[in-house]
Amino acid sequence: MKVYEKPNALYGTFERKTGPALESTHYCQGCSHGNVHKMIAEALVDFGVQDRTVFVSPVGCAVFGFYYFDTGHIQAAHGRAPAVATGIKRANPNSIVLSYQGDGDLAAIGTAETIHAANRGENITVIFINNAIYGMTGGQMAPTTLIEQHTTTTPGGRVEGIHGNPIRMCEMISTLTAPTYVERVAIGNSKHIMKARKAIRKALQIQIEGRGYSFIEILSTCPSGWKMTPPDARDWMLEHMTKVFPLGVFKDESKAREPGSWDRVIKPFEPEAVGAYLKDFVGATVADPSQSKPQEMHCKFAGFGGQGILTMGLFWAQLAMRAGSKVSWIPSYGPEMRGGTANCQVNIADERIGTPLVEEPTMLAVMNQPSLEKFEAEVVPGGVLLVDTSMVKTAPTRTDIKTVLIPASEMANQMGTSKVANVILLGALTAATDAFPFEYVIKTLPELIKKKSLVEMNIEAFTRGYQYVREQQNG
Amino acid sequence: MAGVPYLEVASELCKGCELCMGVCPKQCIAIGDKLNSASYRPVYYTGENCTGCGLCFYACPEPGAIRVVKP
Repeated sequence: MKVYEKPNALYGTFERKTGPALESTHYCQGCSHGNVHKMIAEALVDFGVQDRTVFVSPVGCAVFGFYYFDTGHIQAAHGRAPAVATGIKRANPNSIVLSYQGDGDLAAIGTAETIHAANRGENITVIFINNAIYGMTGGQMAPTTLIEQHTTTTPGGRVEGIHGNPIRMCEMISTLTAPTYVERVAIGNSKHIMKARKAIRKALQIQIEGRGYSFIEILSTCPSGWKMTPPDARDWMLEHMTKVFPLGVFKDESKAREPGSWDRVIKPFEPEAVGAYLKDFVGATVADPSQSKPQEMHCKFAGFGGQGILTMGLFWAQLAMRAGSKVSWIPSYGPEMRGGTANCQVNIADERIGTPLVEEPTMLAVMNQPSLEKFEAEVVPGGVLLVDTSMVKTAPTRTDIKTVLIPASEMANQMGTSKVANVILLGALTAATDAFPFEYVIKTLPELIKKKSLVEMNIEAFTRGYQYVREQQNG
Repeated sequence: MAGVPYLEVASELCKGCELCMGVCPKQCIAIGDKLNSASYRPVYYTGENCTGCGLCFYACPEPGAIRVVKP
C-alpha cells in the first residue's frame, strides 16, 4: 500500500498560525513554497536524515521555516544563508545542511555568499526559490524579474536600460569548477513537479554521500504578488519564465566525484589547546604586580604607518595589563599599509574603562611632524610629550608639559635597523614616566615579541632608550 | 482485489487554489461551492476514477490538505 500524506519531517501544527486551521501554512493560496517544503520533508524522511538535518531559513516568506520543519534550524540574516550553512557543515560535517532562499535573498543581497559558497564547493544543498519578485515585502522588482514584468517598483514594467536584465543563477554557478550538481526545475505541471522532486532528492543524496555542492533553482509562482489566480500564475510562469530561465541540468558531476571527497573536516577545538594558546596573551607571569602596576594614564602614540606605532601602543598596554591594570588599545589609521598617518590610543586604569578613546592624553609620543602639529595641543597640562627628534624638525611649543626629546630613529639606525625606534621610545617613555620598573619590562618584553630571534635586539633597544633619558635626567 | 485507490481532502486546510485539478489525469477533483472557515472554497474528490497516482498530492501547495491512498 502506498499512502501520499504530509511527511513527518513537517510539524503537525504550525504554531505561527492563528485562527481555525492550525495545520495550514501561512503561505498564500497557490504559493510554491508549500510544494517544495513538502518534497524536501518527504526526502528527509525517506533518506533517514531528518535528525541530523539543519535547515537554514532565509529572509522572505520562508523566514518561518522553523515553524514547519521538524529539524535543526538556524535563521540567517538576509542573504547570508550559504555562509551560515558553511559554518554549520564545517563545524559538524555529519549534519545535512539546507540553505533555502528566495531570489531577493540569494540573487540580490546574498550574491556574494551564494557565489563563494558554490565556488568553495561546500558540501551543502542550496534550494533557490525563484518567483521573479520580492514576495514578502509586497511584490517589488527582484534581480530575476523579467523584462517588461510589472512589479510595485516597476509599475511600467522592467526596462533593461534602467533596471538591467534578469540574473540567471544556474548559468552563472555552472561556470564554476567546484559545484557538483546544478539544475533548474519548475513547480508547473505534473511532469515539472515530479522532475523538481527528483532534483531535490538527488541534491540531498549528493550531500549525504559527501559528493559536494548542489544548487537547485525552482521556478515558482507568487499568485498574490503577481496578482493572478494560481492556475493563471502557473501558466504565466511556464510560458514566460521558462523562456528566460530555461529548465534543465546545467552541471552534473555527481558520478565523477568520489563519495566523501568534498567533506571539509576541521579539528574540533580542544579546551587545553585553546587555553595554551590564550596563555600567550593573558595570564602570563606577572613579575610583581604591587611594584609594577602603573598609575592611571591616557596615552596617544602617533606617526606614519610602518613605524611601529600600533605595536608600540600595544606593548605599552600589554605591559600594564600584565602588571594588573585594566587597559584598552584602539588603533586609528587610513587605508594605507605604509606611509599613511597612524595613531593608537591606550588607556591604563585601575577601574574598568568605559571608552577606549583618548581625547585628553596625559602622554603623547610622536614620530612625525604632522602628529606633533596635530596632537601637541591636546596634551593635558603637566602631561608628558615624547618626540622622536630624528623625524620631527620643529621644537614643541608647550611649556606647561614635560617634554622629552630623543633621536630614536637615528639611534635605531645605528643599531642596524630603524624598526626598533618604537621600542627605543618605549624605553624613553618608561624612564620619563616611571610607569614600570626597568627590570619588570626587561623580564616581560620577551613574552610580547612573537619572533623570538628579535628579542635580544628589542631588549637592547629598550635599554638604550631608557638609559638615554636617565642620563638626561641626571644632567 | 486489494481495494480501490482514493484521495481525501482536508477541507479546512484547502485554500481552493485548484492546482490539483489541473494535474489530475482523471479529472476526479472538483471545486466545491461552500466556503470553509478560512473563507476559501475547498476542492473535493468526486468519488470515482482515482488511480492513486499521487500527482495531486505533489501539486498541492498545502502539506496536509490532500492525502492519497493506493492500496
